[in-house]
Amino acid sequence: MQRTNEPWKIKRSLVVKAEEETDMRFGHRPEERPIKEHMRFGIINLDKPAGPSSHEVTAWLKRILSLERAGHGGTLEA
Amino acid sequence: MAGKEYVCVMKLHSEVPEDKVTKVLDEFQGPLYQRPPVRSSVKRQLRTRTIYYIDFFEMDERNVLFKVGCEAGTYIRKLCYDVGEVLGCGAHMQELRRTRVGPFVEDKSLVTLHDLSYLFSQWQETKDESMLRKFVYPMEKALELMPKIHVRDSAVDALCHGAHLTAPGVLSLDAGIKIGDTVAVFTQKGEAVTMSKAFVSSEKMLKMDHGFVAKTQRVLMPRGMYPKMWRSNK
Repeated sequence: MQRTNEPWKIKRSLVVKAEEETDMRFGHRPEERPIKEHMRFGIINLDKPAGPSSHEVTAWLKRILSLERAGHGGTLEA
Repeated sequence: MAGKEYVCVMKLHSEVPEDKVTKVLDEFQGPLYQRPPVRSSVKRQLRTRTIYYIDFFEMDERNVLFKVGCEAGTYIRKLCYDVGEVLGCGAHMQELRRTRVGPFVEDKSLVTLHDLSYLFSQWQETKDESMLRKFVYPMEKALELMPKIHVRDSAVDALCHGAHLTAPGVLSLDAGIKIGDTVAVFTQKGEAVTMSKAFVSSEKMLKMDHGFVAKTQRVLMPRGMYPKMWRSNK
């Protein structure tokens, strides 16, 4: 069989419907989020070692980074 | 759901010529039926999954190394077993490493627990957050591959309270959104607000001047970041 196009290679194009200025008094650009908020809503690309489960590693991470909540994007269920 | 890529070592149960192995691996590209294995976390019913590609690297006696790109929910253990059946010798999955989940790949963004522990203590000591920010990404990174809609400031807080997106709130959107697609809704500053399900296509959305365009399914932004611009009865 032939290769299929990978969904991560899809190119998208934005179309404008209306224009408006955003009010800089509210919110932040994602890269300028205050660090506390950034850590609360952050995401990491973790190189998990084989052995400990995703669940265990999440718990360690939560402690290492003193987070209130932490989760993972899915176990490697082969 | 996010596409995956893995590097896999498959163990054949007897020696098979390399050209035969590569030929069979090629045949497994494309859509296939899979029944989830006995030990799995989903209902065991036959379903279709697409293998986007299989890149054979090398083999050494009975060990076969390859890379596979596939749809979420594809079982690589099952793939190896099935390849073994077609080869006639039998095979099993020996080792597996995931090298992609949606927008996340093995690149400079990859970080170990040790790195993170070090970066965190450095931040605590020096109060310099720049290194930590190199490896902790904003949540928006996870939405990179999804079709997007950008909305007015005035629509944001209503969405944060779970309201559905209406046409006048839309400022710009990706072309090609179809009914039922999951879309990511952003502010003009690029902050993620919600994940929503499109009620209408991109073309229709562009023409509409009132009415619902997307159903809010997940709220990502805390309430109160943007001012409340909507009327309530009280």
